[in-house]
Amino acid sequence: MSEVAEPGMEMSRVPAPEWAGEEPLVFELGGDLERGPREVRTGVADRPLAELLPGVALRATPAPIPAVPEPVLARHLGRLARRNHNLHQGIYPLGSCTMKYNPAVDEELARLAGFADIHPYQDAGDVQGALELMWELERLLCEITGMTRISLQPAAGAHGEWTGLRMIQAYHAARGDTQRTRVLIPDSAHGTNPASAALAGLEVVTIRSNPDGTVDVADVARHLDRRAAAIMMTNPNTLGVFEKDILEIAGMAHEAGALLYYDGANLNALVGLARPGDMGFDVVHLNLHKTFSTPHGGGGPGSGPVGVAEALTPFLPTPTVARDGDRFRLDHDHPQSIGKVRSYYGNFGMLVRAYAYIRAYGSSISAVAENAVLNARYLQSRLGGTFPMAVTSDSMHEFVATTKGGRVVGLRALDVAKRLLDYGVYAPTAYFPTTVPEALMFEPTETESKRSLDLLAEVCAAIVAEAERDLDHVRGAPYLTPVSRVDEVEAARRPVLRWRRAE
Amino acid sequence: MAYLPNGADERRQMLEAIGAASVEELFATVPERLRHPQLTLPEPLAEQDLVTELERLAGRTHPLGSLDSFLGAGVYRRYVPAIVRAAIARPEFYTAYTPYQAEASQGTLQTIFEFQSMICELTGMDVANASLYDGATAAAEGVMMAVAQTGRRRVVAAADLHPETLAVIRTYGRGRGVEVATTDDVSTSIGAGDACAVVALPGFLGTVEELAPVAQAARAVGAISICSADPIACALVAPPGDLGFDITVGDGQPLGVPPSFGGPHVGFMAVRQELMRRMPGRLVGLTHDRHGRRAYALTLQAREQHIRRERATSNICTNHALTALAATVYMARMGGAGMRRVAEISVQRAHALAGRLSALDGFELAEPARPYLWEFALLVPGDADDFARAMRRQGIVAGLPLGRFDPDRREQLLVCCTETSTPASLDRYVEAASRFAGPVEVNR
Repeated sequence: MSEVAEPGMEMSRVPAPEWAGEEPLVFELGGDLERGPREVRTGVADRPLAELLPGVALRATPAPIPAVPEPVLARHLGRLARRNHNLHQGIYPLGSCTMKYNPAVDEELARLAGFADIHPYQDAGDVQGALELMWELERLLCEITGMTRISLQPAAGAHGEWTGLRMIQAYHAARGDTQRTRVLIPDSAHGTNPASAALAGLEVVTIRSNPDGTVDVADVARHLDRRAAAIMMTNPNTLGVFEKDILEIAGMAHEAGALLYYDGANLNALVGLARPGDMGFDVVHLNLHKTFSTPHGGGGPGSGPVGVAEALTPFLPTPTVARDGDRFRLDHDHPQSIGKVRSYYGNFGMLVRAYAYIRAYGSSISAVAENAVLNARYLQSRLGGTFPMAVTSDSMHEFVATTKGGRVVGLRALDVAKRLLDYGVYAPTAYFPTTVPEALMFEPTETESKRSLDLLAEVCAAIVAEAERDLDHVRGAPYLTPVSRVDEVEAARRPVLRWRRAE
Repeated sequence: MAYLPNGADERRQMLEAIGAASVEELFATVPERLRHPQLTLPEPLAEQDLVTELERLAGRTHPLGSLDSFLGAGVYRRYVPAIVRAAIARPEFYTAYTPYQAEASQGTLQTIFEFQSMICELTGMDVANASLYDGATAAAEGVMMAVAQTGRRRVVAAADLHPETLAVIRTYGRGRGVEVATTDDVSTSIGAGDACAVVALPGFLGTVEELAPVAQAARAVGAISICSADPIACALVAPPGDLGFDITVGDGQPLGVPPSFGGPHVGFMAVRQELMRRMPGRLVGLTHDRHGRRAYALTLQAREQHIRRERATSNICTNHALTALAATVYMARMGGAGMRRVAEISVQRAHALAGRLSALDGFELAEPARPYLWEFALLVPGDADDFARAMRRQGIVAGLPLGRFDPDRREQLLVCCTETSTPASLDRYVEAASRFAGPVEVNR
């Protein structure tokens, strides 16, 4: 705990404000271990616990977690909040993450008691509005993706991927096509794609990319045999480049009996403007926390609905929402379903936000994609003199630059990333895709103003200019963040994953 | 337009800088026949109209707070201190991304470290991760860990595991050829070919069994023991770590997260030290910055999908950081003692209600010999669905009719009390139920 400065105390002994130094952990903030905050009276005739819970072993003492007094806890949280970059403070140009502004009204709407204070096991008659919202959201997402039906159940994008792959397995199995155990995945794909395939029990075959960043069609053709269950693709891909051969690939896949899976991580480039369903995709997962603006929350909760073409609808997770006239109900009658992929019906609170977001744009939703691509292409043009670009072809809502082969030999993507933090700018995604050395992947999103993009371009140019003069200074960054460069090697070598009371 | 900052002038300037004549030109790589499909979407809404529309939908539900609710069954209406909502409503937390750049994310990183630490204290385990999606997927991830650790493919699960949890374990298992057997007596059923034993604290019907023998029996045959635990229960009874379990999982919803129609909640997982590197999901570790100051960073990422791809311990990427923050603030405000008090109030009220109801003619406890915490299966006169419907007409959600999950329990209702079930609402429950009391045939 900080000391209080006394009059006459030497300045050197006055401690730095807590927010400038180390922030104590909740365990170090004091608070009592014995009682906790005042609680309501039970209001019934209390009986000894030993009598109510015969034979049940109780804790001898409470769990050693202090009850921190509210004023102390509030300041602790306030100081921690200052130590986070966030969207209300500055740009977050993380490629592949779509860090767009989260509308304030959506937060209020999700907290309405009619949405937040309802129970998943209440009778359908008591939750009609919630079921209607889910039913309507499914219709809107089907329209936007060109799919027949959508399950809102998956909790995140990766969860949606795995759900989609399980449905693809069920589809092949139902046709007696049991030898299809492989998934074709481009080398530039997100790491979740191969990880989801492995979790589903599928074997991963890596497909090569062309120098322009698109999938090598010949390599796809080589692996499209009777063992291929599906091809997983991101479009535009992780380099931000539209897969120009998509219709040809779809035709080849279907001819070979394989299905086409769409990773919706980059749908922001196309929302309202082109549909995965029209491209021939059979399964689509969406990241509501990307394209549809539900907040990232420091790493979740997200939401990863997964849509399917007609032939795969029998395999959707159960339950779905059904409509009978003006009544809505949960439909558990899906004998061929892959089962439940999580408890209840999905991250409903996120569904409310996404529904509100889509209704705000409505029929004008293609403006999202248009402005996202315009912003990215503008930023790319502004950065052209600062960083080499990874591919020569036109990119869409995001692009990949590199420090390799740039003006300063020895300047690494990591150094640029860390120096950006000193300017109040979050770093772009670094070292991804792994096919590009020293990659810096920028995705500004449609909610950045031109002024904010200009500022980012100027900061990047200033950092490269600084590196030309004094590379070591850039390598020492950041200097102005609450902590300086964090030793991640130490964190991994001697993992300390929890606080422990000194013995 | 709703959330777009650039006007026509800026857009024109940007197109000029790019060297494009129109925005349409930027989409030239998309085959023309794919562009601009005819979409049937509603008109855009002004914010005020949007609020009206969403309030209309919210108005077509009956929130628990407007009723006397005795519904639990895995999702609990507990009192949430206001400081919890104040914290998660801060844009510094809710608009932040996964803390990859540690120097600009110390706030999120430290709160996750605090979450991991408090979950360890609550469950009695060595190491906890940064969170998972929910209790059901956390249990399924635990089972997958056990399968990977033991190389075995059979799971022995307690029959009184939450039905949602059991269903999700089965779905996860099916992809990997994992067989799930359920039994009323896990400790005598587990054998040398089994990957793990999975039990619940408390069981779906609110009851508490002696679980230490399960952990011992699993260990004796080289299997992993997994306990799916309610975190508030862990504040009152001996937690799974003390009982010898290898993995504790659960849903953190009772720790300051609203029911929200089933999500988002937050899954947690805590394990023994030896299993640390098999854990799925994010882990935050304590380290130092260049000046030797305490700092936090995501760590042991070599387990994760973005590094290891198909050889990762799981495909999980996003976890549930914001709901984990709610749980962190809740735990820090309540303390171990406050959470225990909440558990005690719930136990006292549930037992008081159970006592008064089972004194009514035609009502009795379905499991009278088994100790229970704050939920109990109640036998009612006649069909439980009919009873629940009749009670609902009095403004009372009397509990969960169990016939939905088990046809043999059609006359049973799972009734739950928490600190939000007021003594007056208990009175109203008993008063309304007493109208059904008496010989069953009279009321049918």
